[in-house]
Amino acid sequence: MSRRARLALKIAVWAACLGPLARLVFRAATGDLTANPISFVTNTLGDWTLRILLASLAMTPLRIVFGVAWPITLRRLLGLFAFFYVGLHFAVWLVLDHFFDWRQMGADIVKRPYITVGMLALLSLIPLAATSTTRMVRRLGAKTWTRLHRLAYAAGVLGCLHFLWLAKVGRRDQYWHALALALLLGVRLASLAVRGARKRRQRGAAPAAVA
Amino acid sequence: MLIRRAPRFTSNDITDRTVYLNRREWMAGAAALVLMPGESAASAPQGQALKATRNEAQSLQETPTKFEAATTYNNFYEFGVNKEDPARLAGTLKPRPWAVQVDGLVHKPKTYDIDELLRLAPLEERVYSLRCVEGWSMVLPWIGSPLAALLRRVEPTGKARYVEFTTLLDASQFPAQRPSFFGFSLEWPYVEGLRLDEALHPLTLLTVGMYGQVLPNQNGAPVRIVVPWKYGFKSAKSVVRIRLVADQPKTSWNRSAPQEYGFYSNVNPAVSHPRWSQATERRIGEFRRRPTLPFNGYGDQVASLYAGMDLGKSY
Repeated sequence: MSRRARLALKIAVWAACLGPLARLVFRAATGDLTANPISFVTNTLGDWTLRILLASLAMTPLRIVFGVAWPITLRRLLGLFAFFYVGLHFAVWLVLDHFFDWRQMGADIVKRPYITVGMLALLSLIPLAATSTTRMVRRLGAKTWTRLHRLAYAAGVLGCLHFLWLAKVGRRDQYWHALALALLLGVRLASLAVRGARKRRQRGAAPAAVA
Repeated sequence: MLIRRAPRFTSNDITDRTVYLNRREWMAGAAALVLMPGESAASAPQGQALKATRNEAQSLQETPTKFEAATTYNNFYEFGVNKEDPARLAGTLKPRPWAVQVDGLVHKPKTYDIDELLRLAPLEERVYSLRCVEGWSMVLPWIGSPLAALLRRVEPTGKARYVEFTTLLDASQFPAQRPSFFGFSLEWPYVEGLRLDEALHPLTLLTVGMYGQVLPNQNGAPVRIVVPWKYGFKSAKSVVRIRLVADQPKTSWNRSAPQEYGFYSNVNPAVSHPRWSQATERRIGEFRRRPTLPFNGYGDQVASLYAGMDLGKSY
């Protein structure tokens, strides 16, 4: 992929990721945030956190399935945008929803499983954002860095659980998100299995475990 | 002699009805006026003014929620699960003609036409707080008459201990009642219920209007129940049947998730919903959360109904 195409792709991702926020700001400016603005803003930011996080988790499967390398160049950008949105999501909960009512928030984190897993998802994204720079990759070494960044899967699972557990009867989008995550993880597992089988075949002559 | 007083909210608080009525409803209403000039005034399309006398003793001294918020932020699953669905889709509901069958363990079962219900007892305006189980609340100027007035007319037998309310079942009017092959929702029709003494309590309102007019479709037209000391879902909307029974009715949310929604569902800050605290609420239109009051602030009037009961268990 040419340098120019890559640049265009990055600009498109920036635009796509900032779009939802711009829309929220526009709706806020025009007084169009529904009768319960804080709840609406919290939910919208949460929705986009999960969508962008799933998009970042989709990059490796895209490479596996289509054999192209360019999705990997977008992974960090998408991951950082997911972190940006979860930060806003959390800030709205902290400031606008509960206005620093630490006691109530602490009780919710401990007692409400959906908030517990949401908080864990947020925490698991912090080291990823902190080690997202090229310099940090070098400092940690590729192996450690890769291992650390497997936390992204945990964040995806926790994020989907957060949505599944908070959604009320009759809603459906929580299932679509969980299904997308299952699909993305499924591609990776399948690819791991294929690679494992190939390796075993290459060892070839070595007697397999008694079948 | 009751003196009619001006409502506490100013006309600025009220959105003009042409703004909130969607185009289709508005045109249907206009067409109805043109095509059916002979109908009684009471059969006019929704948005029609409804005269009522303010019951000051039973009204909160608080500014009502903005009309626009009260009619665009609704839980009415028959139209869809999103808050904006009812306002967007409620044009399919036909609130007239309408009849309510009142039967079961009564001496005088009867099917009431909506116009009869409007004349059953003097209409009162009562400003009640409505607390949703999801943690938000509104202040709503309802119009109606005590449910007790209707129940006394049909003369419950000695065996009647509960009252069951059933919402209309008609997928052509309630789009979300159509069967869907993915995801699950409530079982239709929507059923709610009260103990007979709760239903006879003077606060329990057979409601036909709000904000000085007939009930908008998305708020449960043409007739609904309002039980202000319970979470909002206990107040059945668009009711077609009121049945007096001996056993506790199998109510919709209770059937769907018994650990989350008890039969009583009295507003209670001390009893959390399993997934969230009920200690505080956001009054629509306000920024800060406010503490939730036991029985939604109506404890003085209703706590005695539950004397000796463990409200942590009978939630």
